[in-house]
Amino acid sequence: MTGVALATRGLYKSFGALRVTQDVNFTLPAGARHALIGPNGAGKTTFINLLTGALPPDAGTIELDGVDITGLPPDRRVKRGLARTYQINTLFPDLTPLEAVTLVMCERHGVSRQWLRPLARSRAIIEEAYALLVQLGIGDFAHRQTRHLAYGHQRVLEIALALATRPHVLLLDEPAAGVPAQESGMLYEVISGLPKDIAVLFIEHDMDLVFRFASRITVLVSGKTLREGPPAAIAEDAEVRAVYLGTPVHD
Amino acid sequence: MTAAEPARDSAPAPSAVADFRAQARWQWYEPLFWLGAIAWYFLLPTYLPLGTQILATALFALSLDLILGYGGIVSLGHTTFFGVGAYTAGLLARYGWQEPISCLVAAGLLAAFAGWICSFVIVRVQGIALLLVTLGINLVLYEAANKAYKITGGADGLQGIEFSPLLGMFHFDMLGRTAYLYTLIVVFLVFLVARRIVYSPFGLALRGMRENWKRMPALGAGLRRHGALIFVLSAAIAGIAGALLAESVQFVALDSLAVQRSVDVLTMLIVGGTGVLYGSFVGAVVYMVARDQLADLNPAYWYFWIGLMLVLVVLFTRNGVVGALADSAAWVQRKRGRGPAP
Amino acid sequence: MPPIVIGIVQVLFDGVAFGMLLFVMSVGLSITLGMMRFANLAHGSFAMLGGYTTTTLMRHAGWSFLATLPVSFVLIAAVSVVLERVLYRRMYQAKELDQVLLTVGIIYMSIAGAAYVWGPEPQAISLPDYLTVYRTVGWFSFSTYGALLLAVGTVLTLAIFFGLERTRFGAMIRAAVDDRRVALGVGIDVNRVFTITFAVGSGLAGLGGALGINALGLDPSFPIEYLVFFLIVVSIGGTAGSVKGALAAALLLGLSDTAGKYYIPQTGAFIIYVVMLLVMLWRPNGLFGRA
Ligand SMILES: Nc1ncnc2c1ncn2[C@@H]1O[C@H](COP(=O)(O)OP(=O)(O)OP(=O)(O)O)[C@@H](O)[C@H]1O
Ligand SMILES: [Mg+2]
Repeated sequence: MTGVALATRGLYKSFGALRVTQDVNFTLPAGARHALIGPNGAGKTTFINLLTGALPPDAGTIELDGVDITGLPPDRRVKRGLARTYQINTLFPDLTPLEAVTLVMCERHGVSRQWLRPLARSRAIIEEAYALLVQLGIGDFAHRQTRHLAYGHQRVLEIALALATRPHVLLLDEPAAGVPAQESGMLYEVISGLPKDIAVLFIEHDMDLVFRFASRITVLVSGKTLREGPPAAIAEDAEVRAVYLGTPVHD
Repeated sequence: MTAAEPARDSAPAPSAVADFRAQARWQWYEPLFWLGAIAWYFLLPTYLPLGTQILATALFALSLDLILGYGGIVSLGHTTFFGVGAYTAGLLARYGWQEPISCLVAAGLLAAFAGWICSFVIVRVQGIALLLVTLGINLVLYEAANKAYKITGGADGLQGIEFSPLLGMFHFDMLGRTAYLYTLIVVFLVFLVARRIVYSPFGLALRGMRENWKRMPALGAGLRRHGALIFVLSAAIAGIAGALLAESVQFVALDSLAVQRSVDVLTMLIVGGTGVLYGSFVGAVVYMVARDQLADLNPAYWYFWIGLMLVLVVLFTRNGVVGALADSAAWVQRKRGRGPAP
Repeated sequence: MPPIVIGIVQVLFDGVAFGMLLFVMSVGLSITLGMMRFANLAHGSFAMLGGYTTTTLMRHAGWSFLATLPVSFVLIAAVSVVLERVLYRRMYQAKELDQVLLTVGIIYMSIAGAAYVWGPEPQAISLPDYLTVYRTVGWFSFSTYGALLLAVGTVLTLAIFFGLERTRFGAMIRAAVDDRRVALGVGIDVNRVFTITFAVGSGLAGLGGALGINALGLDPSFPIEYLVFFLIVVSIGGTAGSVKGALAAALLLGLSDTAGKYYIPQTGAFIIYVVMLLVMLWRPNGLFGRA
C-alpha cells in the first residue's frame, strides 16, 4: 500500500467558545511513523477523537485511503482499518486479556453476533488472539482478569486491542503515559516492531522517544498546526522551541 | 517485550481454547439445582402453584439478566415483554386458539418483535434517559391495556381463559401438577438456550458492552445491532415466561404490565445476583418464598423489607446472594490454604 | 366570552400553576443530577414527607396551613442532609444501577413507612376558608387555592433564578454543574456546595408536596406516582442540570397534563407518556440538553 493513508482537510472543532481544532490539514502517508506533539490542552486527543468519529467535527473532511469517512460511525471506520488507543486505559476490567482480544477478533471476523454456537469452537480465532498476546509479550498474563494486571501490561493490552482489529492506520494516544521511563522505551520497541504496512500516528510528550521513533512530527498548539516536518527540522525550529520545547511541559 | 521476537511458546495455544471450554462446562451444583426443582414436585405437592410461579418468574428474571447482568443495559420497564407474552397467550386462548405450546411460541415471537421495535429507541439513549425510555414504554403499554378493556378486560384482567390439554393428553389439573412439570420443562429448555447465549461469541460481546460500552465501537462493534439482538432474545424469553404464567393460572392480570412488576423482577435479580445465570433463580426463590410466608403481612409493609433488602444488598454485597456465596466459598478455600492463585 | 376562550384561559391558569409547582419540586433534582451525576429517584419521597408534615401539624397541633409550609421546608431539608451524609455520599462514584437500586430501596421504605404511620388512605386537609372560595374577575373565575399555587410558584421560581444567576453561591453552583473538576480546581468546595444545594432542593420538594396536597393528592404511593413527572422534567429539560430547561419542561408538562385532563379525559396519562417518548427519541439528551 503506497500513498496517503489518512488525510484531513480544514478540520474544525469547538467546545462552546473554546476552539480546540482550527483548520487542521493533516496527511499521514501509508506506513508512516508520525508523532503529534504539543502542550497540554493543545487539542491532540480531540484530534484523534475527530479522526475516529468519537466526536463529530464542526467543519472539514476526513479521508481514509482516499475515501471520505467524515460521516461514518466509529465502528465502520474500524472496519475500514482505523484503530486507536486511549490516553487513559479504556479496558474491560473483568475480562481477561485473552477474552478481550478474542472479543475484538470475533468482531473483525464477523462472528460476534453468533449466539447459539459455543465460543470455544472458534478455535482459530482464539488461537490468533493468544498468539497476538504472546507476540506483544503479555502471553503469560492472558488468563488473568485485566483489573489485576500491572499497569504497564495494561498499556500493552491497550495496543493489543487496537491491533486485534488489524488496522493499517493506528492512532496511539500517549501509549506510554504513566509508564516508568525504562519501560516506556520497551513499549516503543513494541510499537516500532509493528508491521511496516501499518501507518502509526502517536502522541507523545517525551521528546527523546519522539525523536527516536518518529520519522515525521507535527506540532499542534491551541488547535492549530504550528509546524510539520522531519525531526531534525522541528528540533531546530525557533518558534517550536519557544512555544513548546523552550518552556517546560506543564504536566 | 519485543515484537520482533518470534512467538516463543506456540505450544500453550490449545490452553487458550481450554479457557473458554472450562467456562462453559457444567458445574457440580447445576444438576443439584435442577434435581431440587424435580424434588419440589414430590416433596411439596401443596406448593406446586407457588413453585410454578417461581419458575416462570425466575425465567423472567433470567431474561432481564441477559440484558442487565450480561449486557449492562439497565431497564426499568422489562415487564413490557412479559406482559406482551402473557396477553398474547391469553388472547389467543380467549378467541379460540387453546393449544398451549403453540400459544407459547406465538407469545415468544410477538414479544421478540416488541423487543426488536423497542431496541431502536433503547440503544440510542443512556443514563437517566434510558431509565425514562424503558419506563415510558412500559407505562404506555400499561395505559393502553388498561384503556382497551373491551379486549383486555382492563383492570379486571383477562378472565375465563382456558387451554386445551397439553399434547392432547395432560389436563391442567386443579393441583397444578401438569402446570408445574410443563413449566419446569419449558424453563429448563429455555435456560439451556440462555446458557448457550452466555458462552457464545455474542455472550462475550455482551460482557464487553457491560464492561466498557464506550470502547466497543472503537473496536469495530456495532452497538445498535448488538442491542437489537439482545433485546429480541431477552424479550422472547420474557414473553415465554409471561405466557407460561398465563397458561398455568389461566388468567392474565393487568398487573403483568405494571411498572411495579418491572421493579420487582429487578429487585429479585439484584438480590439473587446478576450475570451469573442462577442469580435469577435464587432471587426468585428468596423473594417469592418470603412473600408467600409473609402473606399475612400488609403488602405495604412487605415493601419496607424489600426496600431494606435492596439498600443492604447495594451497600454490603458484591453481587447479591450468589455473589455472597461465591465470596464466602473463596474465603473458606483461602482459610484452608489451598485457594486458587490470585 | 365564548366558552372556548374561557376553557383555554382555565387550562392556561391551572396548567401554569401546576407547571410551576412541578418546577419548584423538581429543580433540586435537576441541579444535583447535573452536579454529581447522582440519580436520586427517591426525590418524591421528600415531597411526600413534606405533605405529611403539613397534615400532621394541622391535625394534631392545630396549626394553620400556611404556617406549616416553612416547617415542611426546613424539616425536609434537614432530613435530606442526614440521608446525604449517611447514604448518598458514598454512592456518587457508584454505577448508575447501584444508584437506582439504592434510591428505589429508599422509595419502598418510605412508602411502607408512610403507610405504617399515616395509613394507606389518601390524605385531605381542610384548607382555610379563604383558600376554598372562587373569585371572579370579569368573566373569569378561579379558585383562590389555584391563585396561591400560581403566586407561590412564581415567587419561588423568580427567587431560584435570582439565586442562581445573581448570587455568589449561585455562581458556585453553576460552576460545579458545568464542570466539577474545574470548579474544584478554582477552589470551590464542591462537596459543601452540593450538600447545601441538595438540602435546599429537597426542602423545596417538601414544600411543594405540602403546598400541593389538594392539587396533587397525598397517599403513600406518591413517590412512585410522581417519579415519572420528576424524571420527565429533568430528562426533557436536559440531564445536564439546565434550570431553564427544567422550567420549560415543567410548564410544558403542567400545561399538557391539564389540557389532556380537560379536553380528552378518557386518555388519562397516555398522551403525556407518548409525548415524552417522542421527545426522548427526537432529542435523547433532552430538549435543552447538551450533546
Ligand atoms: N468533551 C469536551 N467538552 C469540553 N471541553 C473539552 C472536551 N474535551 C476536551 N475539552 C477541552 O479541549 C481542550 C483540548 O483537550 P485535549 O484533550 O484534546 O488536549 P490534549 O492536547 O490531548 O491534552 P493532553 O496533553 O493534556 O492530553 C482542553 O482544554 C479540554 O479541556
Ligand atoms: Mg490528550
